Amino acid sequence: MLPLPPNVHHASPIDQVGVEERVARFNTRSIKKESKMQGLKMALNMIDLTTLEGKDTVGKVQQLCYKAQHLADHLLDVPKVAAICVYPNHVKTAKKHLGNSGIKVASVATAFPSGNSNRRIKLLDTKMAVDHGADEVDMVISRGEFLQGNYNFVYDEIAAIKEACGMARLKVILETGELSTLDHVRLASDIAIAAGADFIKTSTGKIQPAATMPVTLVMLQAIKDHFDRTGIMIGMKPAGGISTAKIALQYLVMLYETLGTAWMNNHWFRFGASSLANDILMQIGKEQTGAYYSSDYLSKD
Amino acid sequence: MAIAKKKVTKPIAKKSVVTTKKVSAQKTENPSSDDFWKYAPAPESKDHVTLKEKYDLYIGGKFVKPNSGKYYETINPASGEVIAKIADGNEKDIHLAVTAARKAYDQHWGKLPGKERAKYIFRIARMMQERAREFAVIETMNGGKPIRESRDIDIPLAANHFFYYAGWADKLDYAFPNAKPKSLGVAGQIIPWNFPLLMAAWKLAPALATGNTVVLKPAESTPLTALKLAELIHDAGVPEGVVNIVTGFGPAGASLVNHPGIDKIAFTGSTPVGKYIQKAIAGTPKKATLELGGKAAHIIFDDAPIDQAVEGIVNGIFFNQGHVCCAGSRLFIQENVAELVIRKLKQRMKTLIVGDPMDKNTDIGAINSKEQMDKINQYIKIGIKEGAEIYQPECALPAKGFFCKPTLFLHTSQSHRIVQEEIFGPVLAVQTFRTLEEVIEKANNIPYGLSAGVWTDKGSKIFNLTTQLRAGVVWANTYNKFDPASPFGGYKESGFGREGGLHGLYPYVSLQS
Repeated sequence: MLPLPPNVHHASPIDQVGVEERVARFNTRSIKKESKMQGLKMALNMIDLTTLEGKDTVGKVQQLCYKAQHLADHLLDVPKVAAICVYPNHVKTAKKHLGNSGIKVASVATAFPSGNSNRRIKLLDTKMAVDHGADEVDMVISRGEFLQGNYNFVYDEIAAIKEACGMARLKVILETGELSTLDHVRLASDIAIAAGADFIKTSTGKIQPAATMPVTLVMLQAIKDHFDRTGIMIGMKPAGGISTAKIALQYLVMLYETLGTAWMNNHWFRFGASSLANDILMQIGKEQTGAYYSSDYLSKD
Repeated sequence: MAIAKKKVTKPIAKKSVVTTKKVSAQKTENPSSDDFWKYAPAPESKDHVTLKEKYDLYIGGKFVKPNSGKYYETINPASGEVIAKIADGNEKDIHLAVTAARKAYDQHWGKLPGKERAKYIFRIARMMQERAREFAVIETMNGGKPIRESRDIDIPLAANHFFYYAGWADKLDYAFPNAKPKSLGVAGQIIPWNFPLLMAAWKLAPALATGNTVVLKPAESTPLTALKLAELIHDAGVPEGVVNIVTGFGPAGASLVNHPGIDKIAFTGSTPVGKYIQKAIAGTPKKATLELGGKAAHIIFDDAPIDQAVEGIVNGIFFNQGHVCCAGSRLFIQENVAELVIRKLKQRMKTLIVGDPMDKNTDIGAINSKEQMDKINQYIKIGIKEGAEIYQPECALPAKGFFCKPTLFLHTSQSHRIVQEEIFGPVLAVQTFRTLEEVIEKANNIPYGLSAGVWTDKGSKIFNLTTQLRAGVVWANTYNKFDPASPFGGYKESGFGREGGLHGLYPYVSLQS
């Protein structure tokens, strides 16, 4: 194994069975009544509403931006999502249509989703997103370099992108579905955090498995250890595969019991998801009206 | 590589200073300890539970009044309220039960082919699964354990024991190659209050599978699920007298041990009672298995998966309020990671929810009885007096019922009484160690030898350790895991004989060549 970057701590090994058992225990929590409603609204407010398709157009992004601001106008007291997540060439459109709604624009960058390009192009990609007004940049790490043991390369790249981000907050996507072990997930988390990540994020959504609770737990523990050591908070974004309100609540339980309430807002926690919002709205609608209604009442932008 | 390192460390050092400033400013906007999200109460419903006001003894396939005519009250330890009246069985009731069991053994059960016995035991297992929710709720009402545990562990595991041993009933010839296993006759079984239904299953299933009949005495404070089990066994059509359940206090248990009509005694409980039984049956042909106290060493090495080990420590000592004979009550942490492990353990303890056992989110329920509560409190006083550093998280306890905060004692040594004696509560004594040899010596330096746990990422270390630890069960990178196929039992003053697995059949048969 090649050496670790100088400020990356050696973490304890991870026992996968133990992690899965801990997750199973989170999932036995029964979230009812007011805590459920509060959790659902919190989750809605943490969503990065995402469209990352080759066929994205101005029209599509515009529609998504409207949806972000008007999730379900027929329901009472529904929060907005946290951000819209698009490719860099759609940042301008998103920015324009979100106006002063307070909803952030996040842009993927660095040859998303594979990350297979050179440093210069990745920096240009980042710069383009930032210049067009992205509030947040979601970069991918070089998984190939990581799996070769070239940890300093991964570290340097993140640090360079962080610098190019300027004031934009940097989310570092580990693409955990390609890292194969939880020990790798932990090491990649530690490298990303040490190199300047504001957020660490599980997945691009283009690789299966995307976000899972065991992977997210390991990343939350990396954040916790970093906080205990330095007092610095890092954000977390599980992305992909979180499609129901029930799963979102399970993630919130895990967040609550691992990092605590300080992280339970969209400054420190996000869900990268496209279909989650409607399922949450369905649950909120059920609470408010007493009955489930057809999904046709919810917009599919 | 070296060049790359040089190139980046500089700007990063600069960057990280910037980040620190920015984030610490944000941190002040985010108070970290407000409880703005709390779990709303999620009580399990009791609607589907049917309980009688008064329970009689189950003898010879009938529910009969106790000879004394007396009944005592059984309570819910989480509230103190009376749940039901329980027959107070005495020597005469025991005699009736043993007689009924002998008759059933001689006339029917002892002659029944294994595959026919298996049908009854499978039926018990299936019916237990069907009634699992009711059993879980009653177990929690009567014993104080969290519904999460009775629902997810006690009841499914009890049903699994019946399934497992039902499978052996017609295969005993293969379990003992070149020997002919023969059932013993009547087994007297005395079970504790910490896992009332599960212990009944551990004892009944192998006894029935091997062709014995049974007189079972539940613990006085937690008889309800055993009595519901009597109803279930009755509904399952198990022939009369095969299983007899006699409730009552210590004297009833003593009469069972001393009754000349029993061929075997199986006991789970305290070491002093185990010693009494040993003396009582000396000179008789009665066989015995004793599963007694424990004070398990739970060992955390510096190469352990620390976050998961912390979870293992929590499961080891706070499972079932620490009312577990194999609880990991002596924690040994390698000194170079002690600070880290203790910090993480304290953080985790803050998230444990202590309270109403019937709430699905409760982690630590009620202490089983007032006597046990007093005993735990007494040991906490002893620990403080001995100068150990106590830690308890801040958590509100219910006003009624018996509750105890999860408790750590730091900076203890082998000389502390809280390290040497079984507390049987949510109290963990923490010691540090330096080397493998040292921790093996200390782990074995106790009269008990039921269980132990070890956490290390190194497989060779696990095997090295397990061969040297004098404990019946050693868990590696996990704790308090139970399975019907796995034998369980102790060394030294933790008893002898094994329950579970193939080994669990031996105590109920005599082998003839």
